[in-house]
Amino acid sequence: MVTVAHYLVLAAVLFSVSVAGIFINRRNVIVLLMCIELMLLAVNFNFIAFSRLLGDTVGQVFVFFILTVAAAEAAIGLAILVVLFRNTRSINVDEMDTLRG
Amino acid sequence: MIDYYPAAAEIFLATAICVVLLVDVFLRDEQRMITYWLSMLSLVGTAACTGLFFVDESVTTFYGSFIADSAAGVLKLVAYVAVALVFVYSREYLAARKLFKGEFFILGLFGLLGIMVMISAHSLLTMYLGLELLSLALYALVAFNRESATAAESAMKYFVLGAIASGTLLYGISLLYGVTGTLEITELAERLSGPDGFGIPALVGLAFIVVGVAFKFGAVPFHMWVPDVYQGAPTPVTLFIGSAPKIAAFALAWRVLVEGLGDAHSSWQGMLIVLSILSLAIGNIVAIAQTNLKRMLAYSTISHVGFILMGFIGGTDDALSAAMFYTVSYVIMAAAAFGMILLLSREGFEAERLEDFKGLNARSPWFAFVMLMIMFSMAGVPPFIGFYAKLLVLGSLIDAGLLWFAVLGVILAVVGAFYYLRVVWYMYFDDPLDDAPIVAPGSMRVVISVNGLGLLVLGVFPGYLLELCMRVL
Repeated sequence: MVTVAHYLVLAAVLFSVSVAGIFINRRNVIVLLMCIELMLLAVNFNFIAFSRLLGDTVGQVFVFFILTVAAAEAAIGLAILVVLFRNTRSINVDEMDTLRG
Repeated sequence: MIDYYPAAAEIFLATAICVVLLVDVFLRDEQRMITYWLSMLSLVGTAACTGLFFVDESVTTFYGSFIADSAAGVLKLVAYVAVALVFVYSREYLAARKLFKGEFFILGLFGLLGIMVMISAHSLLTMYLGLELLSLALYALVAFNRESATAAESAMKYFVLGAIASGTLLYGISLLYGVTGTLEITELAERLSGPDGFGIPALVGLAFIVVGVAFKFGAVPFHMWVPDVYQGAPTPVTLFIGSAPKIAAFALAWRVLVEGLGDAHSSWQGMLIVLSILSLAIGNIVAIAQTNLKRMLAYSTISHVGFILMGFIGGTDDALSAAMFYTVSYVIMAAAAFGMILLLSREGFEAERLEDFKGLNARSPWFAFVMLMIMFSMAGVPPFIGFYAKLLVLGSLIDAGLLWFAVLGVILAVVGAFYYLRVVWYMYFDDPLDDAPIVAPGSMRVVISVNGLGLLVLGVFPGYLLELCMRVL
């Protein structure tokens, strides 16, 4: 029997994986964007599980908003990535170190 | 029946942005001033809407997800002034670098719309949407100069860290939703104050939300993006990020932590004390080592955030008004400080190093004096406004019984005074590195002088602004 707790644990694991992915990954900015997307999807899992548990649709409405915003966010992230690549010919995270101090 | 009048200003601004966007498409490059004036006109119209529908008691609408109250009205008016200052200061700088494009003004106005939605948010969903509207506009603005590799790099860093902050905040919101079954802020507070209010899940949610708020404020240890973005972004964008969004961060903390999660004050008070001490220490000490003025001001922002958080730590209405007073005065100071960098810059030259201010007194005594007022105000020297702002938040800490923290705050403020006074020393006692005349247009000279004198006038007569902050909160 699958209960709400299972969904919450899955969401927590996905969230942790995405945070770990952001901090461990040193090579590729596109992987960073994927991790950010995964983070938002983990939150969506939470909202849907709670919405079903409480019998309240507000949580599902929130999910639609998150999906829409995530699409806009990905568009801007990729646009910045293109600008970055045109200027530096690289999408390596380790090479993003001209600003420091 | 939905009452639309409380949101009149937001609706007007959204419509005005669409008009500016459409008009801008049909303009030739040499007609770009029309976009500028239309943007200023939209700001005036929005301010008129806010003034016209100003309410003394709070009104909620859109099924409880939007609120209009007097504090929201005042905060919004400050945000309009800040954005108008940004536009006035940026015009000449952008024109000299062939960056005078419609996007700057349109994205700026969209960011302002996000700030307004956040100020008036009465549900966690509205708060999230306002936050994203502001953040997405800012990410694009930072990468606005497409030829600059440093701008692209700082935009990428800002984007990734900002997205993590939004994700963390959302995770906290989802846990609170699971515990209470509501997103509306008043109802959230009611359900959490019940007998089985704050359990472990709600506290975990609270911790995630505090992390998200700290990210958006730029408080240590979530401050990594602040120096890089301030330094890497084009200076007009730094000016924008440094001023108006601080009001949004204040509104986020106030609506969510104080109004929504006020019952857990003892739980988040400890977290904010740690954030505040770290911000004051790291901000003030690392700023001393900086040679780039934009980066130095970024660390100074971090230390000012530490002071703003002090007002939230106090927890009473008076302490909150002190935090609001500090936020408003910081916005005015930051606008003037970054405005000075824009004033001294000219085609092919950025006045962003500390050495560029050497001997300013010999080049222009008046603007050296304006910069002196700004630096003294930021350091907290009486009789400037920064002194009263610091006095109020420190007083609120003493009222809350945290005398040791107030003493620590004063010590760190004195450490911070060193790097502000160093700029003054450079201006008055060093020889200028170049003698080029200041080329800024007359309108900017007048506005920045008024802005600088405002710090002095508000500092000598702080009563009106202070009373306003006390009355609306």
